[in-house]
Amino acid sequence: MSGLLINDISMRFDLPNGGHVQALKNVTLDIKSGELMSVLGPSGCGKTTLLNIVAGFLAPTEGTIELNGHVETGPSSERGMVFQQGALFEWMNVRDNVSFGPDMKGVSRSESKEKVEHLLEVVGLQDFKEKAIYELSGGMQQRVALARCLANDPDVILMDEPLGALDALTREKMQSLVLDLWKDTGKTIILITHSVEEALLLGERLLVMAPRPGRVHKEYRLPFAGLGVGNDLREVKKHKDYAGTREEILEMIWSMEEEIMGRTEESA
Amino acid sequence: MTGLLVLALYVGAFFGSFFIAKRVFKSAFEKKGFNRLKTVTFGDESAVTANRVASIVSIITVFWLWVAFTNSVIPLPKMPGPFSGDTSFTYTVQLEDGTTDEAKVSVRVYREDIQQTVDENGEPGREPAAIEIEPGEGFAKNDTLTIARYAFKVVNVWKNDEVSKKEGSKIITINGQPIEPGGEIKTDDGTIRLTEKGTPTFEPAKGLRMARLYLPAPEVVLQRFIWLNKEGYQGYTLFEHTRYSLQRVLLGFFFGALIGIPIGYAMGLTGWARGWFDPIVEFMRPIPPLALIPLIIIWFGIGEIGKVVLLFLAALWIMIIAARSGVSGVAISKVHAAYSLGASKWQILSKVIVPNSLPDIFTGARVAMGVCWGTVVAAELVAANVGLGKMIVTASKFQLTDIIIVGIIVIGVIGFAIEVGMRKLETWLIPWKGKV
Repeated sequence: MSGLLINDISMRFDLPNGGHVQALKNVTLDIKSGELMSVLGPSGCGKTTLLNIVAGFLAPTEGTIELNGHVETGPSSERGMVFQQGALFEWMNVRDNVSFGPDMKGVSRSESKEKVEHLLEVVGLQDFKEKAIYELSGGMQQRVALARCLANDPDVILMDEPLGALDALTREKMQSLVLDLWKDTGKTIILITHSVEEALLLGERLLVMAPRPGRVHKEYRLPFAGLGVGNDLREVKKHKDYAGTREEILEMIWSMEEEIMGRTEESA
Repeated sequence: MTGLLVLALYVGAFFGSFFIAKRVFKSAFEKKGFNRLKTVTFGDESAVTANRVASIVSIITVFWLWVAFTNSVIPLPKMPGPFSGDTSFTYTVQLEDGTTDEAKVSVRVYREDIQQTVDENGEPGREPAAIEIEPGEGFAKNDTLTIARYAFKVVNVWKNDEVSKKEGSKIITINGQPIEPGGEIKTDDGTIRLTEKGTPTFEPAKGLRMARLYLPAPEVVLQRFIWLNKEGYQGYTLFEHTRYSLQRVLLGFFFGALIGIPIGYAMGLTGWARGWFDPIVEFMRPIPPLALIPLIIIWFGIGEIGKVVLLFLAALWIMIIAARSGVSGVAISKVHAAYSLGASKWQILSKVIVPNSLPDIFTGARVAMGVCWGTVVAAELVAANVGLGKMIVTASKFQLTDIIIVGIIVIGVIGFAIEVGMRKLETWLIPWKGKV
């Protein structure tokens, strides 16, 4: 069976004072190969924990992660990750960053050259391959991070608020890029975001998570990601269902946030 | 008192040259580049650039003060100097029966550093001969005195007189002015005092300049620098002294880094190594390397090995801590990114942790080199056969202040060169430092 199966994951952190935090409780998701899923939720709902478990950096206290039928227990190059701040290697130039994955596998430079050049072209950095990382703008750095992840040809790409640190205009351009890459490469993508708009535009499936314990609150199937591929995202936002869905989700998250606030005030 | 005068002149030069330079070098006070467009710059640190006119005047001021307060031959305005040459004073002796007689003391004052000068034949200077005098009439005879500048001598006027103090004769005037035992008479050329027992003493006028023993003139130091390069001191030329010191620093630092960096990495990467080395590092780190010198001398003697071991210990803890903090400075997202790109543990270490820790290691290396340089000089001061510290401590025993000053200048220049060199190396090797 192909795809990513998140099978009844629970995550409990023990606290030094003897208590514990239930970061995730019985999360089950079946993500088909090639699906683009965005995850949204108030802070503390465990979405980053979920991503770290899928990436293999954390082991869940219960449940398993299965990729194409195999149980995964650690990080591997089949599950690539894009971080909020790029997490690029600033001692390497752009090209060396992108070819890091193939280099680690021992693929010779001459073999990986074509793919690296192609990816740099796809993300629009073909003229910057000799540049140092610190010479690039934030948006360009995220393009490098995307290309670096793709150069490894992973089955799943995990994105932890990859566009969160970018300004609004760059962010919009990058959203189009992510959609185009998704369509062109057919990768499974899980994208965590704080922005409702981004979740709507970049989510074929949209998962709203609730906190304490972290769990799946509601799931949407949305047409906007499909409409956005190759199109102007501002046109997508004019879609008749867009504003309504956005308001609904915002309402949902606001009420969750208020609930958390109320609870902390009670306990305090 | 002289110190306060130097301070006053220095402060005066700071403000005085500012007002003069502001009128003369207007362009040096203009804002440059983008700062020109800023309307308010006071409090904006980025708008402050070092005024190069000030730097030049600052160096000139120090040099001028050096010249002004020493017996330099450099033609710059100078403080009044010590008296040098021939002078004289008269004294009147009164006997118990009231008869008096006057005699003259001829004084020859010569340079205190005469033996360190060289005449036209290449011979070292000698103390000059005493002034030839006639004994004169009466029971008090004329005397001579030969004395170095900055010195002080008792004039045994009775030695050649026909009377003596035991017979009740005493001095009642100097240069015609009445004087009591314990009193003093100042002239332009010096001070004549009577001791409590009534014997005259003479001290030539000192002026405000420092004797060569305390502060040699710049040209004396320069000559000594040339001489040290040509002739050497204690069997080694200045270059050799410097080379030995530098060699010890480089060797000690090299081994300190060679052992310290892997230990630091191990402490940053494994709990066993951190637990193992933590107590040692935390205990040894606060011990100043100088405190280890006695033990090092007992164990290794005063030769090269002891020095290198000491500098190794000076550099080791700094390099361990630098490498360790370099590892802890790696953002976890970079490590995670490398893992999810398929890197093995060894590749994480070599491709991510090592390059990422280079800025920290370089900062540590800069500190360690500075500490090593300071420590080697101090270690050589305590005990060594050769080296800059050895050179200046031996010179100090023979009161060769000029060699000490040459040594201090060389130590300062090399310390500065090490710092500048490390900075250049850093911007060349780690161009991303501070830009991420």
